[in-house]
Amino acid sequence: MTHTVDARGLSCPQPVILARNAIQVGKFPIEVLVETVTSRENVRRAAEKLGCAVQVEDLGDEFMLTLTK
Amino acid sequence: MSEKLTRFFASRWGIILAGAVIGLLAPVLQYAGNPKNMGICVACFERDIAGALGLHRAAVVQYVRPEIVAFVLGSTIAALLFREFKARAGSAPIVRFVLGMFAMIGALAFLGCPWRALLRFSAGDLNAVVGLLGLTTGIVVGVQFLKAGYNLGRSHKTYPAVGWIMPVLMIGLLLLLVFNVKVSDTGALFFSESGPGSQHAFWLISLGAGLIIGFLAQRTRFCTMGSIRDVILMRDTHLISGLAALVVVAVVMNLILGQFGPIAFFGQPVAHSQHLWNFLGMALSGLAFALAGGCPGRQLFLAGEGDGDSAVFVLGMITGAGLAHNFTLAGSPDAVVEGVQKVGGINPYGMAAVILGLVVCVVLGLTMRQKVEG
Repeated sequence: MTHTVDARGLSCPQPVILARNAIQVGKFPIEVLVETVTSRENVRRAAEKLGCAVQVEDLGDEFMLTLTK
Repeated sequence: MSEKLTRFFASRWGIILAGAVIGLLAPVLQYAGNPKNMGICVACFERDIAGALGLHRAAVVQYVRPEIVAFVLGSTIAALLFREFKARAGSAPIVRFVLGMFAMIGALAFLGCPWRALLRFSAGDLNAVVGLLGLTTGIVVGVQFLKAGYNLGRSHKTYPAVGWIMPVLMIGLLLLLVFNVKVSDTGALFFSESGPGSQHAFWLISLGAGLIIGFLAQRTRFCTMGSIRDVILMRDTHLISGLAALVVVAVVMNLILGQFGPIAFFGQPVAHSQHLWNFLGMALSGLAFALAGGCPGRQLFLAGEGDGDSAVFVLGMITGAGLAHNFTLAGSPDAVVEGVQKVGGINPYGMAAVILGLVVCVVLGLTMRQKVEG
């Protein structure tokens, strides 16, 4: 089952903390929902640093990042 | 093209560019007339705005600083161009207001925000080292709260009008300045005739420099507190490379413009060498910024891109500045009286306020822990 992290509306650095926690749990793929480009870039950078591949889908008002390893 | 630019600004070179441009422009603004080691100081400049509006009556620190206006509007322009302007609000605004108030009280105890601490350091003011150590300590405490689940809850998308309040307020301030509004001899606006408030670059220079910085900072998410937080929280050196660039370029610029030195504690411009309270004042600021998710500059840039909660933080800071001066909580600079060196600093009311602020921040950090489920 896909692990979903809903980080919409959370301010810095919560989206990154939640994504990192999920990566540490290790149930891939992980879907991270964020609202701002800032959060998108922060989560992307943190996930790539931890060795994940990141795919981004633009959902109009929000972004879905899919992290795989 | 827009996506390519976005990726560049989000890269390490992007943040280094932003830091370098701030390190370049701040000493130039000082050269053009801003107070010493205060080319840019978000806290001081918001304090000056509070003074110009009459929210405090400290006659030496009253001026409508166009840099603050431009930080917000530069960010608004960047956010609109890159389609990132998004009205949002509702994440514990009253808590953000209180955090803003105490962040300002702590900053005025030290006599500067993190931006000015870096600029003071870049000119040889050793008290800035004490302040930056305090700032880091406050952020370390904030990170412990973050790790334990502290958060202010979610914000929500809202009406565009909510996001426009701060940019429009800033345009209003700018108009007051440009038209030199004075309602009566004893009424607002108030402009300092001496002291730091009377020292300023020509308003168009301030506005232009501020717009450039606001634009770049919105694109790169430049944040002084976040820089230190990310290193402590996850050994991430992305943001702090911007700070390093700022300091390196500012040192070079200060050397070129003859604004560097002496390297000393006592007698630095608009600064005091009461070490304990330099440390604790900045610790309070650092903790409040960490709990609010951004340094005072970052709060302006977020407010510019539609974040109503950051706008409330900014109003909290301006209110805090009014209170700080009305209750004599702000630091006094070192002075030489009849040939005797007199160390400045804060009075017992200021000390009580800093301690009260630390207590309030710790209580908020400990109690606002509702786990947000992922």
